[in-house]
Amino acid sequence: MAENVDLSILAQILEKYESQSGNLIAILQEAQEAYGYLPGEVLTHIRRETKIPLSRIYGVVTFYAQFYLTPRGRNTVRVCRGTACHVRGAKSVLRTVEHFLGITEGETTADYEFTLETVACLGACAMGPVVVMNGRYFGKMTAAGVETVLTAL
Amino acid sequence: MARVSLTIDGNRLEVDAGATILQAAKGAGIEIPHLCYLESLPPSSACRLCVVEVEGARNLVASCSYPVVTDMVVRTNTERVAKARRLALELLLSDHPFDCMTCEKSGACDLERYAYELGVSTTRFQGEKHAYPIDETNPFFVRDYNKCILCGRCVTACNEVQFVEAIDLTHRGFNTRVAAPFDRPLQESTCIFCGQCVAVCPVGALTEKLRRFKGREWELRKVATVCPYCGVGCNIELSVKDDRIIKVTSPATGVVNEGRLCVKGKFGFDYVNSPDRLTTPLIREGGKDGRFREASWEEALDVVASRLRQIKEESGPDSLAVTTSAKCTNEENYLLQKFARAVLGTNNVDHCARLCHASTVTGLGMAFGSAAMTNSIGEIRYADCIFIIGSNTSENHPVIALEVKEAVRRGGAKLIVADPRKIEMVEFADLWLRQKPGTDVALINGMVNVIISENLYDAEFVQRRTEGFEQLKEGIKDYHPSYVAQITGVPADDLCKAARTYARSPRASILYAMGITQHVAGTDNVLALANLALLTGNLGKESSGVNPLRGQNNVQGACDMGALPNFLPGYQLVVDKDVRGRFEEAWQTPLPDQPGLTLMEMMHEAEAGEIKGMYIMGEDPVLSHPNSARVVKGLKNLDFLVVQDIFLSETAKLADVVLPGVSFAEKDGTFTNTERRIQRVRKAIEPIGESRADWLIISELASKLGHPMRYEGPEVIMDEIASLTPIYGGVHYDRLNGRGLQWPCRDRQDLGTRYLHKDQFPRGLGKFHPIGYQEPSELPDDEYPFILSTGRVLFHWHGGTISRRSTGLTGIYPEAKVEINPQDAEVLRCSDGDLVQVVSRRGKVIAKAMVTDRSPQGVVFMTFHFREAAANLLTVDTLDPVAKIPEFKICSVQINKCS
Ligand code: SF4
Ligand code: SF4
Ligand code: SF4
Ligand code: FES
Repeated sequence: MAENVDLSILAQILEKYESQSGNLIAILQEAQEAYGYLPGEVLTHIRRETKIPLSRIYGVVTFYAQFYLTPRGRNTVRVCRGTACHVRGAKSVLRTVEHFLGITEGETTADYEFTLETVACLGACAMGPVVVMNGRYFGKMTAAGVETVLTAL
Repeated sequence: MARVSLTIDGNRLEVDAGATILQAAKGAGIEIPHLCYLESLPPSSACRLCVVEVEGARNLVASCSYPVVTDMVVRTNTERVAKARRLALELLLSDHPFDCMTCEKSGACDLERYAYELGVSTTRFQGEKHAYPIDETNPFFVRDYNKCILCGRCVTACNEVQFVEAIDLTHRGFNTRVAAPFDRPLQESTCIFCGQCVAVCPVGALTEKLRRFKGREWELRKVATVCPYCGVGCNIELSVKDDRIIKVTSPATGVVNEGRLCVKGKFGFDYVNSPDRLTTPLIREGGKDGRFREASWEEALDVVASRLRQIKEESGPDSLAVTTSAKCTNEENYLLQKFARAVLGTNNVDHCARLCHASTVTGLGMAFGSAAMTNSIGEIRYADCIFIIGSNTSENHPVIALEVKEAVRRGGAKLIVADPRKIEMVEFADLWLRQKPGTDVALINGMVNVIISENLYDAEFVQRRTEGFEQLKEGIKDYHPSYVAQITGVPADDLCKAARTYARSPRASILYAMGITQHVAGTDNVLALANLALLTGNLGKESSGVNPLRGQNNVQGACDMGALPNFLPGYQLVVDKDVRGRFEEAWQTPLPDQPGLTLMEMMHEAEAGEIKGMYIMGEDPVLSHPNSARVVKGLKNLDFLVVQDIFLSETAKLADVVLPGVSFAEKDGTFTNTERRIQRVRKAIEPIGESRADWLIISELASKLGHPMRYEGPEVIMDEIASLTPIYGGVHYDRLNGRGLQWPCRDRQDLGTRYLHKDQFPRGLGKFHPIGYQEPSELPDDEYPFILSTGRVLFHWHGGTISRRSTGLTGIYPEAKVEINPQDAEVLRCSDGDLVQVVSRRGKVIAKAMVTDRSPQGVVFMTFHFREAAANLLTVDTLDPVAKIPEFKICSVQINKCS
């Protein structure tokens, strides 16, 4: 990966938190905000400055759903896979989205327009199958319906 | 300590407050099943197998972490407990491959064991199972996380025991797994392949590659012995099946290393069963350029005996020379020096200690009267300050480095590292002094200067236990910090800080190795360190001292055994008539009375034609001596060369007769580690092919030369050593089981000596030696602008003869590298992996560049492990005038990028 990451922003964040190991989560949050995700180089640099082992940083980053190790698309599409949605055909909705975007769940399109994720249950079972686009809920989705929504975006 | 009484399963017992229920129960002989808890590690309370009922508590509690409370009533085997445990097991088994029939762990697997004991053969839970790819990418062990039960032991071991922190629990929920950063293979992480994780894994998730399909656990025979690599002398257990070593483990009870190992001890043993082993004697036919042919022992020993006899008769005993081996046992070193002196009649006997710690022997001899680590390895963790100078501890004495890390991380010790290279220990240091290569005397004098001028020295100790203080004061008065900064490049402030930290710490320990000794000023360096310790009273007490870290597994022993040209066993002087008299009486022959030649002198005399015959046991001077071209010339000039080794080394290739000795696994004996501990080496397998134990070869040869040596075995040889060597006076095999003995150990009642010089020094008072700084023998100039420094890496051993025959070690580190600083690399226009030619006034080699800021600008670093890129073709053979040790650490070279 030939990442060209400008580490000076990170340096400011680290300075703000005095590179204290107790502030790891806050440092990671701000770094993600600045870079959009957490590139390997950023984590390695955090390790260098805070002396927190890279293995532990990686453990923390992968533990919390909020952190991303790969670049995110400008739009996030979440398809619910909860039981209620599932029985109402979430699977074919997901397949349609995958087909439409040309990626599978967990991936981002090459032009960084879309990131596709699935979630266990969004708690909106009555509306299932549910798809969330950039935070907006779309209920009672069908294969055809989801295409319309995606095209509209 | 406060005591607490409680009841477990109806037994009333009293235990130390702070104990856990599990520990208390264990003390009372009640075993509680446990999967994640391991005695030597902090509990992670992950598996819930150890649950017990505590009266009054609503839920079952995890006994591995639950502390005892007064009058607590515990039940460990109720139906409720059993049910909970079975449930815990069933949950684990629901996501575990039922693979026991081919799993390497079977028979030693805790999951299998408890499933059997609790009668859990199936699981009610049929959930999703993991299908992780099995990671076989590193050469040492297989990682199959489908078998992982997420107990966390490996993570704790890696973090808290080895301080590496290569792995952690990552991801969450069902996907939780142990991983290195970015789920990449371990070889891309900071992992050092110590195998600690493998050692603690309770299941078959982590298993050694070399053992695969070589034997089931219950078929293995275990033999307790000592690691054959470095001077730490770790206690190991060889698992053997069908005369083959299958794996190496280390008991947590081991006195030296407490179950910790480095990659060499854990995974580097397969050279023993290497197909390259010499299996029969070889005789060269058709003159110096002839070929080897196989020969019988009878014939080979006859040839050796007659040629040695002939040379002795024609040219006198002193035309013969013998080198013994720091890889061989004490008994063998003793016999071979006895052979040289009593049978051949010469004191020309020496060994590779000349190349590593000869300056320690002379320097500490002059200052204290005896030369060895003053303190024990186990004391390091309690030191308040540790001063490491000229020792790349974590690569060369890995388990000692762990003691230092313990001291820093747990004991709050201050660590000062002085090294031109940014070695790994710098990461743990409070202060790093990056002195220019070869300026150690100035640096240490500077510290002494600060300590005296700021009145930080231990006046009482100086007054009571030392002599020569006034001369020292006079001698170092010019070394004020600003002057020292000019010579060494170390900022005056840092120097002062180091001096103050060292002097103010109640217990300060100096650790040093070849970065101090392998210089023209080697003896001076050692004397300067002795000054520092004497001045601050850091001698004769625990966790302090001056501690030379010895390189080879038995280099301490080889010195102790008198494999030195001026000493009989136990550092008794050859020139002392009374001493000689005792040995003459015991060996029933007159002995030569003048000190013999040192190792390098032997080679030079061979070149000059004065030495005509040489007997080399277990050493490879062609790779390990400086200026190899000259060594080869000398060896080729001999009338007769006999080499006794386990492989056809570069030196053996030049021999007239080659005698196949055996490895550490094929014989009994003792090694003495760097902390003076004499430990038993035990035979685990039969000699390979026709090879013979080295002590047997020597005694048979002696008998052929008319000096019968009939020993029933090494045990009897040790009895003879004890009778002639006061510091080994109480060393007998029946006393060596378990912890071994640390010399001085004068008689059967003596329990040995943990630290030296308690009430007085062997020479009486400790002596200060004012030392002046002198420049290295060869400095960079326009033509040869770089300083070349040589040394070792973690994964290899010396000339590579054994480590390169270990599949794992060669797999991970296959070829020679030259460390070059990034700025220099830029000027040279070379990048990582480019081939470069390194040229000195004596030779040239080609190796791959490794661009790293570990080496300072203007300094390149190479190892001497690789004969294709033998660093010692480049090094200088200028010697320290006192110790006759060559300056391996500094010579000047030019670097050219190969096109
Ligand atoms: S081999 Fe050693 S360093 Fe590597 S992961 Fe295991 S414990 Fe950590
Ligand atoms: S690999 Fe072994 S030691 Fe590590 S967590 Fe898994 S089962 Fe435990
Ligand atoms: S530290 Fe030395 S003795 Fe211990 S395992 Fe490593 S090489 Fe062997
Ligand atoms: S041994 Fe106590 S929870 Fe695992």
